[in-house]
Parts: sequence; structure tokens; C-alpha cells
Amino acid sequence: MIDESVVVGTLSEALRTGGEFAEVFVEDRRSSSALLDDGKVEELTSGRTRGAGIRVVVGETTGFAHTSDLSENGLAKAARAAAAAARGGGGGHRVAALDRVDAPAPNEIEVFPETVAKGTKVELLGRADEAARAAGSAISQVSARYADGRRRILVANSDGLLAGDDQVRTRFAVSCVAVGDTGMQTGFESVGRPIGFELFDEYEVDALARTAANRALTKLAAQPAPSGSMPVVIGPGGGGVLFHEACGHGLEADLVAKQASVFRNRVGEQVAHPEVTLIDDGTMAREWGAYAIDDEGRPAQRNVLIEKGVLTDYMWDLLRARKEGRESSGNGRRQSYQHLPMVRMTNTYLANGTEDPQDIIAATDRGVYVAHLGGGQVNTATGDFVFGMSEAYLIVNGEIGPPIREGNLIGNGPDVLAGIEALGNDFAMGSPGTCGKDGQGVPVGDGTPTLRVASMTIGGTAA
Amino acid sequence: MNPEELLEIAERVVGWGRDGEQIEAVVGHGRETEVRVYEGEIESLSVAESQGVGIRVIADGRQGFAHAGTLDPDVLEETLAEARDNAVFGSPDEFFGLAEPDGVAPPDLDLYNEALLKFSTEAKIDMALELERAVQAGDPRIVGVESADYGDVVGADAIATTTGIRSSGRDTSCYLTAYSLASEGDETQTGFGFSVGREPGSLDVAEAAADAVERATRMLGATQPPTERVTVVLDPFVTAQFLGIIGGTMSGEAVLKGRSLFADRLGDQVAAASVTLVDDPTNPEAFTASDADGEGLATRRNLLIDRGELKRFLHNSYTGRRSGTASTGSAVRGYSSTPGVGCQALSLEPGDRPPAELIAGIANGVLVQGVSGLHSGVNPVSGDFSTGAEGLRIRNGELAEPIREITIASTLQRMLLDVVEVGSDLTWLPMSSAGVSLVVAEVTMSGA
Repeated sequence: MIDESVVVGTLSEALRTGGEFAEVFVEDRRSSSALLDDGKVEELTSGRTRGAGIRVVVGETTGFAHTSDLSENGLAKAARAAAAAARGGGGGHRVAALDRVDAPAPNEIEVFPETVAKGTKVELLGRADEAARAAGSAISQVSARYADGRRRILVANSDGLLAGDDQVRTRFAVSCVAVGDTGMQTGFESVGRPIGFELFDEYEVDALARTAANRALTKLAAQPAPSGSMPVVIGPGGGGVLFHEACGHGLEADLVAKQASVFRNRVGEQVAHPEVTLIDDGTMAREWGAYAIDDEGRPAQRNVLIEKGVLTDYMWDLLRARKEGRESSGNGRRQSYQHLPMVRMTNTYLANGTEDPQDIIAATDRGVYVAHLGGGQVNTATGDFVFGMSEAYLIVNGEIGPPIREGNLIGNGPDVLAGIEALGNDFAMGSPGTCGKDGQGVPVGDGTPTLRVASMTIGGTAA
Repeated sequence: MNPEELLEIAERVVGWGRDGEQIEAVVGHGRETEVRVYEGEIESLSVAESQGVGIRVIADGRQGFAHAGTLDPDVLEETLAEARDNAVFGSPDEFFGLAEPDGVAPPDLDLYNEALLKFSTEAKIDMALELERAVQAGDPRIVGVESADYGDVVGADAIATTTGIRSSGRDTSCYLTAYSLASEGDETQTGFGFSVGREPGSLDVAEAAADAVERATRMLGATQPPTERVTVVLDPFVTAQFLGIIGGTMSGEAVLKGRSLFADRLGDQVAAASVTLVDDPTNPEAFTASDADGEGLATRRNLLIDRGELKRFLHNSYTGRRSGTASTGSAVRGYSSTPGVGCQALSLEPGDRPPAELIAGIANGVLVQGVSGLHSGVNPVSGDFSTGAEGLRIRNGELAEPIREITIASTLQRMLLDVVEVGSDLTWLPMSSAGVSLVVAEVTMSGA
């Protein structure tokens, strides 16, 4: 993307006024998307961004500047701006000879999206629209979006690291509105993988559209969600986002260091049922949060966070790890070259259990079965979280009963971990997600088997 | 870059238009500084310039779009070519078309303040450090300040079209934010405070710090109450978040596409008589005030709900044309997307009584001071909502113990009808809606 000699020159410029550590992150991103709404292909959009972010570290201070000018001069100017922002170092630090080390990609890319004709992408949208509308006459509106992106990055730092990655992601989503006597309801379904157009060899867009449509249709007959505390069974793949939010964020070393995590000082403690194992794995082939290297040039890793109920470790980025005299866990990520990296998750999941999922439901006298959770958020300092239930049912006498309308699920991360009382043997990954932290979004994956939590609060309107 | 230079670039792109083709170029440029301090040291100092262009092409009744994060001349040509190519694959729609000058004069707003440009980096750092110290010193139970930030942006943008639109402008803005941690026994709670302005002199360190301290300490000792149906008083910050969602249902796009719960309700009484809702980006008090919308048309004051009666929806050029009316100057966008429709500066008309008097009249209720998961808990199509909440119990007209781990649920439709009173404490916030205390009856509070 840029010459190695230019990279070395930029790093030297960045260290000239006394910095201890310097890094150049170069990104070239192309994206394309197509949106069908209201029966029409509204537009195709193409995007192109490229630029570099440069950081310089002196003591506890990081100076950061970014530029869209990738010429030698443009980079030098940004390097000086970053260096000026981090002043007062002792100096004498030099750029080590760069040693290019490329990590293996989590998977191959078969069909790069830019090689596929635009008409072929648009055709998928029409098929989804037709299939969703055919699912029922109550379907009144359909929107479908195709999106692909290719992000090439290059990272170099004054320790001599030089690494690159070529990340491709393809995604397809369908959203439907159904109208009935009770008003309007919505249904949504999406798939996404860090692969190219071969995504559609694996998934039929017609089937995705039917799933979205059926979710909306089902909810037309739904009754108001109950309110109050009760047992909650979460279906396979439907609840990984809960553990991402309620546990994962609290295990990010930057939040832990700032006392903003309920899991601070708890490594080695039993925090969950002995059957509970929580893993963050950036190497998972074909999963949405996977990559070869993170945005600091560190190869992705499989990190076990909770093993058999015992908290084993946090997730780390470069700066936080350096302070502790350890290695990064490959979790340093950023939204784009315009952002500083921080500790982020990749694919976070609760490992498979042993029970038959039917037995878990049958053993629940009264409660809620959540097939699909929507978005949510957590306060990492207190562990309190909130999630929307986008597809849920009542459990009556050990059987899945009538659907319920949307409501929120609230609880506390450590309490939920401690409250997991059954884990099924039907592990599945969930839908592709975007995780937001401090204003930056990055792609993440999640997964769980069927599981039951002894008690959570359902925020519905029924008495 | 100044607005004139950006307009020149936009005009150059538009000049490349061919016969029978409409072209719109939106060009933006921003310079940002952000200082974050932690434990008396600068944790990070970021300085950055960013720019970009978005180009929309309409030809043969089809629309295409492309954007790029640089203004290099070769990239401009490439982006236009890409947008043209994209237009080939869109569906034809007779209502596609760019905005046309409509004679409405843009309001005279003072959004650019030179004082910000003269504020030194040292002074920015000092202000962030002062904020951190003020939070730390605010209460003995404050055990940490997760982050204290100063940030500012100097922005400029321009729009030109082949239909005769020429619009450009610039603005300055700056902010302080602090995230605090309070602890008592083995319980920890968090809070935040902020202050925003057009220039640093208007930032209030003491107010931002006091809010961060109060929000973190007020929930210490909070417990989960039982489930019941209560009257709630929404604090201004919470009301503003709900207004943002209600505003979304007033979008002409949502109405046209059958996604608004208020479609077919024009002229109906959709809210209590105490509710008058206005979107007015020409109001200089609004932090999101703007003289032109995302298509370069002058912004204007739009009355949406008048004493409970639904009066109008918001439109951009496309939705206005398709609905048989005109744009209300409500196109919203950045340079990397085509224009949507949205509220820009939404507010309720304030009532006569301050929050203390509102609370004094409630025998059994909850003052909701914070909501979480609102974006995931509200379905703006069906109107169902359920959100995590925390706040203080109201007993016999007085504020009582703190409560947490509750949700409040209703539907947007019912909530608007169940409004009992609007407070007098209107306050503009750094979002597209203003805050005011709001009393709502018959809300389900789920707890233990």
C-alpha cells in the first residue's frame, strides 16, 4: 500500500521529538451496498476511504493524528502532529528494523465482491422482496440490503513490527413489516461472513426473507410480554449477544484498569456454574468477528476468558499489555484509521453444554423462551444490562407457548453468569453484529447453546 | 478549508454533468481536537482533519450514489463515474429528483465563533484536567473518573446541484464530558456530565462536574422495587431521548413506506392537549440549529403536533414530491449517504410549572432519571417500547429512595395520550431534541 522506506521515515519522524513508541496504521477501504425498499431498488452506493493514523506514546500519554494524504509529505505532517501531541519524552528511541510477519487468514476468499457484476447483487434484492411478500398477505413492507466491504490494512511500529491484512466482509439483511388487527409488527434476519460472494452459495436469500417475514407475522398474534422476574430459556445462537454485553465488556483490560468493571480483581475466582466456559476467538474461520491480525498488527488468538466457571483472564490490547509486562491477546481494534485502537471483542461465545435442549424447556414450568435477542447495552461498572427480545414466547407447563410482543430483558452480568443452571448440547453462532464502544463500531460475532437462567426481569406491559 | 473553497469543488463536480442528467455534490471538511485526561495526565491527544465528498446522479429516472473520504481531483472524477454507473442499476421512480430553489430565505444564524480557533492546545488540556479535578473533588464517594474529555470541531460544508442549489456554511462546536465512578461499601455506580457550546468560553466545567457527581452518587443504595403501574416523571434528558424516537415516526419517508404508526392520522388527536411538538432548526438556542438542510434548502419551523392534534409530517424533496406536497427543509445526511428525512431540533412547548411542583402533586410515582437500551427496546413501527430505567421513588409528593433494575413499558401511542403535564424547564441538549420534564400516567414498571 505504501513503500516500506516511507513507513520507516514516518516512524522516525514520529519519534524525533522524544517519543518512546510510534505506530503507523494505513487503511484502504472500499465498500458497496444496494438497498431495496418499498418494492424498488432505491440506490447502489459505493464508498472509498483511505488514510493513515499515526500514534506516538510518551509515558502515559498518546498523541494521535490522522490524514487522508498518503504521500510522504502528508504522512510526515501527521507524524509531527502526533509527536507534538505527545511531548516531553527523554528521546533516544529509534525505529527497529522492520520485520514483516503476516499471520494466516482465518479463511480463504473465493469470490472477491468487486469481481461480481452489480446486476447480480441487485438481483438478490428482488428475490428477497418476492419471497418475503409471498410469505403472507399481511406482509406490507419489505426492505433488503446487500453490503460488501474490502479493507486492506498495514501496521508498522517502532518495535520493528510490520504486518498487513486483507479483510473482506459480505452481508445481507431483510426487514419486514406485517399489518394486522393489532397494528404493525416487524421482523428482521441477517447473515454475514468474512468471505466474498460465495456467501450466497451457502445462504438462499429467499429463505432469509421468509424467516424475516415469519418473525413479523408471528408477532401479529403475539400477546403483551409479561412483566417481572422469571426463568428465561435462551435458544441456540439467539443469546450470545447477552454474554458479549453482560460479561465480555467487563473482561476488557482497559475498563478493568480504570476500575470500570465488576470483574476487576476476580481472576481465579469461580464466577459461574462449572459447566460455563466463555471464549473470545478471533481465529474462527468464516465467523463475522474474525481476522488475521488485529489493528495493531497482532495475530488474532483464541482466548479462554472463563474456564469451567473460573475467570481465567481478561482481553488485552498493546498499550494495556505493555503496562502489565505481557503480550497483547490480539484484541486491539479500531473502527478506521481515524480512530485510536482499544480493547475489543471478536467472536465471543459460551461453549457447548451436555443437556438435551428439549429437556431444558420441559423442566421449565413457567417462563420465557427467547429465540432471538435484539440489541442491548451494559454498564460495565455495575454489570447491569438491558436487551430487546426480538422473538420470544411464553413457556407454559414445560412447553413453548404463545409468542409475546417485544419487551426488554434486564439483569446483571455477574448474577446471570451465576444463575445459568442448564446448558444444552446444541451450540450455534448468532447473527453478525456491530459492537459499539466509545463511539467506535467494529464487526463481532457471538454464540451460545440453549441455556436457562434461573431468573431475569422481563419488562413487558402485561400485569 | 473554508466554505467558498468547498463550494468551488462542489460546483466543479456539478459542471461535469451531461445532458439529461441531474448531479448533486456534497462536500464536507472538518478539523477536530480531542483531549482525554486520566489521573492528572494526558491519556490521549488527537488532532485530525477529515474531508469527503458524496455525489448523487439521477438519470433516466434512476438514482445512483458514491462517496469518498478525500477531495483529490482524480478521486472526484472516479466518484462521479461510480455514481453514474450505480444509477444504471437502480429502479426507475418518477419522483426522483434533486431539490430546487424554493424561495425560502435561510435564517440568519451565528454558528461559527472565531474564539474557538484562538483557544490553545494548552488551554484545552487545562480545561480537561480542571474537569477531572472538579469531579474528583465533588464528593468523597467519587472513587474514579473513567475519562474526562475536551473536544472541538471546526466544520464546513457545501452543496451544489445542476438544479440551481448553491449552499455553504461553517460552524464551530466544543464540548466537555466526564464519566465518573462512585462507590460505597462494595457497590459501584457510574455517572456522566457534559457541557457544550460554540466556543470554549461558553463551556461550564462546574456544571459538567456537578452532573457527573450527582448522577454517580444518587443511585448508591438503590434497590429493585416490585412490579406495578405508576405515574412517571421523565427527567429532561430522558424526555429528549423519547422525543427523538417520536420524531422518527413523523418522517414522511416512514409514512410513505408504511412504517409510521401515525400514517393516516393527520388531523387526529394523537396526544394529550398539553402536547405541542415543534421541529425548529432555525432556533438559535438549539445546539443542532442549522440554516440549510441536507439538500441545501433553507431550514424552517415545522409544527408537528398542535395541542395534541397531528398537523404535519416532515419531508425532503423526494418524499415531499411523492406525497403531493413539498420539502419541509428536513433532509438529513452526511456526505457519505443520500438524504433521509428527520427532525433537526425538536422540542415540546414548555408548560408553566417547575419539576418540584410537578412532583409535589404525585402520591405514588417514579422520577425516571436514566434509561438504557432505548434503541433496542422501542419498536418505532409498532410503537411498543420497554426500556431499562433507574431513578427515584416519589411518595406523597416527595422524592424518596433510589430504585434500579426496573423497566418501564407502554406504547408510544398511549404514552402521548397519557401525558399529564409538560414542565417549564425546557433545556437544549447536544442532540436533535430538547429536554423538558414530562409527567406520564399509567406506565408499567417491571421490577422484582
